[in-house]
Amino acid sequence: MKIDCNVNIRHLTRVEGHGNINIKITGGKLEHAKWEVVETPRFFEAMLVGKRWENAPWISGRICGICSIGHTLASIRAIENAFGIIPTELTSKLRLLLKHMETLQSHILHLYFLSGPDFLNAGSVFPLIESHPDVVLRAAGMKLLANDLCDCVGGRRLHPTRTIVGGFTMLPEKAELKGFKDRLIKAKDDLISTADLFQTFSIPDFSRETEFVSLKGERNYPFIGGDLVSTDGVIKKEHEYKLMTNEHLVEQSTSKWSRLSRNSFAVGALARINNNFDLLHPIANEIALSFGLKPVNHNPYMNNIAQLVECVHVVMESADLIDEFLDTELGEPKQKVIPKSGTGVGAVEVPRGILYHCYEFDDTGHILKCDCVIPTSQNHANIQHDLEELAKQYAEIGRQDREIELLAEMLVRSYDPCISCSVH
Amino acid sequence: MAGDKAAKTYLGVPLFRPKVAFFELSSCEGCQLQIVNNEATLIDFFSLVEVVNFREAMTERSDNYDIAFVEGSITRSDERERLKKIRANAKILVALGSCACFGGVNQLKNRFDQAWVKNEVYGNFPVETEAARPLEDVVKVDLNIFGCPVKKEEVEKIVINLALGKAIVHPKYPVCMECKANENICLFDLGEPCLGPVTRGGCDSWCPNSKFGCWGCRGPAEDANIEQMKFIMKEYGFSEEVMLDRLECFGGFKTYAEEFRKSLPTVVTPSRKLFGTPPLKIRGGRGSYDSGEKDK
Repeated sequence: MKIDCNVNIRHLTRVEGHGNINIKITGGKLEHAKWEVVETPRFFEAMLVGKRWENAPWISGRICGICSIGHTLASIRAIENAFGIIPTELTSKLRLLLKHMETLQSHILHLYFLSGPDFLNAGSVFPLIESHPDVVLRAAGMKLLANDLCDCVGGRRLHPTRTIVGGFTMLPEKAELKGFKDRLIKAKDDLISTADLFQTFSIPDFSRETEFVSLKGERNYPFIGGDLVSTDGVIKKEHEYKLMTNEHLVEQSTSKWSRLSRNSFAVGALARINNNFDLLHPIANEIALSFGLKPVNHNPYMNNIAQLVECVHVVMESADLIDEFLDTELGEPKQKVIPKSGTGVGAVEVPRGILYHCYEFDDTGHILKCDCVIPTSQNHANIQHDLEELAKQYAEIGRQDREIELLAEMLVRSYDPCISCSVH
Repeated sequence: MAGDKAAKTYLGVPLFRPKVAFFELSSCEGCQLQIVNNEATLIDFFSLVEVVNFREAMTERSDNYDIAFVEGSITRSDERERLKKIRANAKILVALGSCACFGGVNQLKNRFDQAWVKNEVYGNFPVETEAARPLEDVVKVDLNIFGCPVKKEEVEKIVINLALGKAIVHPKYPVCMECKANENICLFDLGEPCLGPVTRGGCDSWCPNSKFGCWGCRGPAEDANIEQMKFIMKEYGFSEEVMLDRLECFGGFKTYAEEFRKSLPTVVTPSRKLFGTPPLKIRGGRGSYDSGEKDK
């Protein structure tokens, strides 16, 4: 059937930030499909110039309200790398625990409140409060756990207060952390129920061959620092990140775009799993396989499932991290910081993919140059190419306007884009 | 709970269930996230109001609302126009968070020439931006909710008071009072700088409770004595630059911060033309609360 279709979505809902989708199909032929980013830039890379080092994590964490912990940790890592500071084992473990809880919080927010309503035929989570109260309460319970644990370790669930260069301003009480163990075990059960729920959803059947970029785990599934890897076989060091991101400007977007071996690549939960599948916790691994998710999966809608799998992984690993913390003799929460001139890079896997902060300092620790490369900006080009392919395929099959519109919206939401972050 | 919202009363009086809308301009959307971040009271909170517009959370949209919460600052002409439309539709317009109230961290770029700012990030690529400004520079704001981020408990209290028709009063005392009441050890005694003595309270000394000194995100308390604050900072050995970093971070102390910056010859002033020249070389001001290095 030859169809005509016109999709014009201004400020797509249930995503962070401002983006538009435009699709035009005439007589079954795709004329254009466009993913436009219209977010206002805030110029963080300029505002930090001239500021002393201790301003950087505090200010650049404000790039994003959802992944402020990830930004803060990437910024701290870049500064510590520039000054030659190696975090203590205790600091590293607490940072990872904090990172895990941000991942859980953000993925649950996305799975239940942002992308979930599409699969339950609702416009938002609000009608679900009445139609599916158990589902909403389960989501709220897991988010609350993640946020409470972020408060406990980072001082605050959003724009954390205890995370500083050199360590933490203060450590959580052992008794306090111990109390989270039972809640994590309950969260595991809730995640298995979540998997049961997602098994009833029909994930659109669409694939486009894609290059996936993430950190490369050695012994553990990677979150903070290390080598960079792509499914096309590229491997680079953390400080060579610019060879991975290749940022460039395009007319349809106030966010920069990225490319590597092809026109575009993808980052995020699906990319991490595609590159590090064997390092997942066994229970997470099992859940992935129950959805038929194994590397290399090229269906962008499967990023939802990948996030669910990661939730299981971080919950299981967090329970172990708490055990290790309880067995550790607690020392000083922070080490001395002596600024020096040089450049430092910090790469951190935040919920939406790999995030880089890079600063150049003078010998008094003032910032001369700042660069932040955001996961969603690395994904924009890939969203564009997916959208074109999706519109083309469904135009040929003869799907209707509203159906293409919904699938296009769901495609963009699958990437869980953080648009204001990508423009920063 | 959500099911019996029609019957909601307070002391026997039926509650006004306002239609509320959330909007964001240049921001991190963190303040809106704070609204859904208190999961324990989330469902009760949303039974108190009828949310008709919340792009980050729902597909449906409406221009019929009583209260508009606007997050973010203004950095582009289309944002000015959007804000004017929101103002025309809303009975009550609330500036949500420090970006909306003062310009927030966004106004840090106002230290520089905007042409230099654009060039630093985008090179020659054409991008529109203007100096970051708070909402009240463009429209009348009925109520400010301070903080970066806003405190959910405070937002809830304010919305309940709006629903009950009660007056809303912000604390006049500084963060320092709340910090004392929380029995924290003074951060200055721990060797950390803090703007608690001059910053408006209401956050329950959120940052100092974590042994992290206040950066003044809620703006000045009533009768804030900045000169005395400078004296304390100096007495404890912190450089003027450390004080300036905090005063100018969120825009709440704009007037003081701008004057202070001008009075410091070693720190770059916003009036200096930076475009095309090596941007900055700051001498002096090595104060750093972490390393213990302090300027005398």
